[in-house]
Amino acid sequence: MSQTKTKDHAALAEAFIKDEERVDWHDGALWYIREKRDIAAKQIPEWEELREAASKIKSNVISNLHEYLLQFEANLKKNGVTVHWADSAEEHNQIVYSILKAKEINQMVKSKSMLTEECHLNEYLEERGIEVINSDLGEYIQQIDNEPPSHIVLPCIHKRKEEIGELFHEHLGTEKGLSDPTLLTRVARKHLRNIFLTRRGALTGVNFAVAETGEYIVCTNEGNADMGAHLSEVQIASMGLEKLIPQKKHLGIFLRLLARSATGQPITIYSSHYKKPRIGQEMHLILVDAGRTRQLGRPDFRDSLKCIKCGSCMNTCPVYRKSGGLSYHNTISGPIGAILAPNLDMKNHADLPYASTLCGSCSNVCPVKINIHEQLYKWRQEIVKEGYAANTKALGMKTMAWTLSSPGKFTTVAKAGKWFMHNVPFVLNNKFNPWYKQRDMPDGPKESFSEWFTKNKEQKK
Amino acid sequence: MNVGLFIPCYVNQFYPNAAIATLELLQKFGANVVYPVNQTCCGQPMANSGFEHLSQDCNDLFINNFSDFDYIVGPSASCILHVKEHLHSNKHEEQAANIRSKVFELVEFLTDVLKIEKLDAVFPHKVGLHHSCHGLRGLHLSQMSELNAPPFSKPQYLLNMVKGLEQVTLDRADECCGFGGVFCVSEEAVSVKMGKDRVTDHLKHGAEYITSSDLSCLMHLEGILHRNKSAVKVIHIAEILNATT
Repeated sequence: MSQTKTKDHAALAEAFIKDEERVDWHDGALWYIREKRDIAAKQIPEWEELREAASKIKSNVISNLHEYLLQFEANLKKNGVTVHWADSAEEHNQIVYSILKAKEINQMVKSKSMLTEECHLNEYLEERGIEVINSDLGEYIQQIDNEPPSHIVLPCIHKRKEEIGELFHEHLGTEKGLSDPTLLTRVARKHLRNIFLTRRGALTGVNFAVAETGEYIVCTNEGNADMGAHLSEVQIASMGLEKLIPQKKHLGIFLRLLARSATGQPITIYSSHYKKPRIGQEMHLILVDAGRTRQLGRPDFRDSLKCIKCGSCMNTCPVYRKSGGLSYHNTISGPIGAILAPNLDMKNHADLPYASTLCGSCSNVCPVKINIHEQLYKWRQEIVKEGYAANTKALGMKTMAWTLSSPGKFTTVAKAGKWFMHNVPFVLNNKFNPWYKQRDMPDGPKESFSEWFTKNKEQKK
Repeated sequence: MNVGLFIPCYVNQFYPNAAIATLELLQKFGANVVYPVNQTCCGQPMANSGFEHLSQDCNDLFINNFSDFDYIVGPSASCILHVKEHLHSNKHEEQAANIRSKVFELVEFLTDVLKIEKLDAVFPHKVGLHHSCHGLRGLHLSQMSELNAPPFSKPQYLLNMVKGLEQVTLDRADECCGFGGVFCVSEEAVSVKMGKDRVTDHLKHGAEYITSSDLSCLMHLEGILHRNKSAVKVIHIAEILNATT
């Protein structure tokens, strides 16, 4: 399911960039995290081997998904967990609703789940009279501001502390002008504590699910997933099919990579294992496809399913840092979002693979070595073939392909600068060309190299 | 050694001095350089925009022009990487594969094939080195800052041989400049902001020149410098390595 797009990435990014001082701050905050990640990664001599191992384990998982899913399901059942399979976001939401309705629960606390954001679960439940509170601080802030998360690990990284202070003043009654992060966090903590104590239903996401044991692991820094789950009568976990790892011994590799890649921490504060319901508690796990098996069927793009959602590709991406996560108009933003989104809705997300310079930094930081920038390139080819590129652009490209393949045409018009100006789209010299808004083109030199070369060769003869 | 000189279309049109410096450098080190005059473009602008399927004629022309050389060398990391990764042909795939294995960017040709150990170049200026992403992460001209791996830099190795040249240290050693081919117009706002921030880093550290093995990055940075009436200039690395006065 995708959000309805009103503007494309370029337009949304342009709006974000208007406030340049804010962009510099946003860029700096994320670059700081990239630097922390570098320091953490470089403290581990076997870092690159860990990435390689993780990548291979995930290759194994997505190549044998069917067997691992069945093994996982059998072990979940053995442990007393009720298993559900959801083909679509809609079906996932229906399952959650039916579980809660059966227990007459009308308030639920949620944490650590980008999947339910992708499924728009909150809206679905609220329309049916069930109130949902996101208990991760960043997601809670986004929820009270009625905005989706802009980053999968740092949901409100685009907001400044003063803006958060404003929101808290409005929604939680804090003193006007209060923007001290510690004080604000204390207020949120007190408020959320009451939520945890009164909610009978709790839903979490899943970071890793172990096929061999039927347990799943949720990584948080705030302990909120635990608080919600431990105090609930009904505990629900929603996970994408791709979150599996084969054995428990593989977990160490991923836990070492995840937090270092995400924030530069050696490990998340909590890595909580959930396996069996408490006496009197119900545990449900929903396995969600929602386009994942379709992606699995695309040979060029299936590796995107290796993603462990660390967000490091966002922190390193200069386009992300300068344009903000919301400009990607998709739940998962940044480079990884740009290769996942076209699978869900190619027409609506045709702009996202173009929101990149193909610099390749994303692939280098990726802890599971997804070739993100190569997939961006390949999505562009798909989007053009499927007819989703703007018609005018396609026409321009066809003209250029014809000219460039014909040397006669090229040389007859190859006066320095002139041919290029008329044929290559990014230098078309007219007032509609965005190049000239904030940049100049080089002055055409007296002669091109080919002219110089021909003249020189003749003189030498 | 027969070297086919590949001068990318925009270098030919806008930066003939970089092409001349490339030719002269190669000749200085004893290569027999031939410039096939029928060459146009590697097809990258189309392919990176999603129109790789239209670049077939372009590829065949490239194969026609460059099949017969021991090496193909060009002063543009980005175009070279494109040829290396995407030159294919329905008609002449064997020749395409052969070209892909012997095409070199100028810097790597000097360090890896010619293995040069000294230069008689003089360039008494403060210079900031801009790593093009295709040169860095595509051709591995230098170590990438994201990896936990030993550092090296082929362009730096060559610049260290130039008398009088002082390299400035940057805050962000290998951040993208935001050119990105079609990106520079389709995402104009982000492209320019990225370019401005790279320029600021070089200016902050006192660079008089910004150099690179990719003129597409430099054209973008030059456009920003020029619009802002900066005295800082861009210069292709071949021109520095070939500078004698």
